[in-house]
Amino acid sequence: MSDQENYMLKINNLRTSFFTPVGEVKALNNVTFAMKEGDVLGIVGESGSGKSVTSYSLLGLLAYPGKIVGGTIRFNGHEIEKKTEAEMRKIRGDEVSIIFQDPMTSLNPVYTVGNQIVEVIRLHTDKDAAAAQARAKELLELVGINEAEKRLKQYPHELSGGMRQRVMIAIALACEPKLLIADEPTTALDVTIQAQILELMIELKNKLGMSIIMITHDLGIVSNMCEKIAVMYAGKILEYGTVDEIFYTPRHEYTKGLLRSIPNLMDREHKKLVPIEGTPVDMLKPPKGCPFAPRCESCMRICLEHMPEVVHFSDTHYSACWLNQKDEWTKESVEA
Amino acid sequence: MGKYILKRIAMGLTTIFIVITLTFFLMNLIPGGPFMAEKAISAQAQAAMNEKYGLDKPLPVQYKNYLVNLTKGDLGVSVKQRGRDINGIITSKFPVSARLGGASILMALIVGIPLGSIAAINRGKLADNIIIVIATFGIAVPSFVLCTLLMYIFGVKLNLFPTYGLGSLKHYVLPVFALAFYPTAYIARLMRSSMLDVLGQDYIRTAKAKGLSTFVLLFKHALRNAILPVVTYLGPLLAYTLTGSFVVEKIFTIPGLGSEFIGSISGRDYPLIMGTTIFLATLIVTMNVLVDIAYKLIDPRIKLQ
Repeated sequence: MSDQENYMLKINNLRTSFFTPVGEVKALNNVTFAMKEGDVLGIVGESGSGKSVTSYSLLGLLAYPGKIVGGTIRFNGHEIEKKTEAEMRKIRGDEVSIIFQDPMTSLNPVYTVGNQIVEVIRLHTDKDAAAAQARAKELLELVGINEAEKRLKQYPHELSGGMRQRVMIAIALACEPKLLIADEPTTALDVTIQAQILELMIELKNKLGMSIIMITHDLGIVSNMCEKIAVMYAGKILEYGTVDEIFYTPRHEYTKGLLRSIPNLMDREHKKLVPIEGTPVDMLKPPKGCPFAPRCESCMRICLEHMPEVVHFSDTHYSACWLNQKDEWTKESVEA
Repeated sequence: MGKYILKRIAMGLTTIFIVITLTFFLMNLIPGGPFMAEKAISAQAQAAMNEKYGLDKPLPVQYKNYLVNLTKGDLGVSVKQRGRDINGIITSKFPVSARLGGASILMALIVGIPLGSIAAINRGKLADNIIIVIATFGIAVPSFVLCTLLMYIFGVKLNLFPTYGLGSLKHYVLPVFALAFYPTAYIARLMRSSMLDVLGQDYIRTAKAKGLSTFVLLFKHALRNAILPVVTYLGPLLAYTLTGSFVVEKIFTIPGLGSEFIGSISGRDYPLIMGTTIFLATLIVTMNVLVDIAYKLIDPRIKLQ
């Protein structure tokens, strides 16, 4: 690919494992994707699919006993997988930052909001105390908090959940990061606040021009916010494509299953939602073939034996499913 | 805040009053009296002594007299240490105990907090295991064993430190160490578990995501949240160092309040029992109010009402 240099983030065959007392849990298996500047990527998948581990690997935030065991992460000119913890500290919060799921517990209860914003500004810029304070006020106004001056002096427990998430966003944006990772930023908020926060994020993205990785299990959020979607399952990206490609021409049975399980307000009759039967795979003993095979309605013999190759349908759309390679596997099995 | 403190003072006075009443009647329930010694004094002499100190009157009258004197700030006269008033005994002995106890509390905090934090950060690793072993040792070994060991090793064998009295700074080393060992171990354990809890909190992850150094992470973000249980322990700790110093004071021959306190009970020195008990109760009640105020200063979520 000639435009390789244009990618702001390029993750190649990333493998991350957790070395637990009962064995190695392969949380990420050859995750590969790339993002250009200003891209908004949604990573969807159920709990334990490796969405968060992907972003933590990128941030160098993997908690013990997690470790990157293979692959490369190129971000903004850095070779992340080779960085030491001290080098990562300079990147984290400055070039890439993250918003977490639960704003109620993500701010330190014993320090004022202002203190927690100013802290990150002073860490990564050479602004003095007064300038950092002014910048903090500016940030609060940017994220739509009124009476910013007063809020700076307040403690987290004096603010509502939505307001705290805005503060988290202000902290994340404090040093104008290239990439903002939003790890289920609205899961803990009620629906009206959710909408406000998402709107704010789109607005800020347009204003500041950063890229966003949106981690969620809510396909509705993804369809509204993102340009591209990565569907993850058992530490693998099973399908990747633009929003239209994923929603209108899903090429993986798991994606289809996810789409079937979304309620639709426009349905005339009361249709029952279709769940995906079964439970997620045991990551200690991942299956030999496609990880989704045991739950897949169209599972074939080969699915249980071999992991399918990635097949490209367009420049942006690819998936790993044997159904897309029918010709090949029939040929193979005939030969065998 | 002002209103809260007034309320706490009123509550404290009530507590102290209850302590006075209970102590007064309980100590009179113990068989024996101040003038029963191995060398029996004649019944006549005993009666005379009882009369002199007002011990011949019915209990309720004694109780009333005691309270009346107490409101004047008079704790009475010792019946065993002839001619010494309780106020005098406390004012002369307490500074000794306070220096010893204060140094011990300080050492317990200065050593215990970092020790517990280090253990938490290195959870499951060698440093953690070593600290746990030391802490368990500190909690399990009785102070008289420790005192004797310290004396034998550092006083007699190595001849590094003096083994009795409080003449110089050097004199403080062994008794302070002996007295501080248990609270140090206790604080280390408290700190370890609360630090582990705090380190797992979301806001620590946020702090990490900001790119803060481990030092700032621990000392700014974690410590202030993790230290609350230790602050709570300060009240009981004060009581321990002042009364628990009895053994240490005895072994190292230190003229402190701890030995007076314990000695007064075995000697049935009623006014001294009352005086030391009231004094310690007041100290602990005051300490608890201070702890509450410290709480408010550390954690803004806490409302004092």
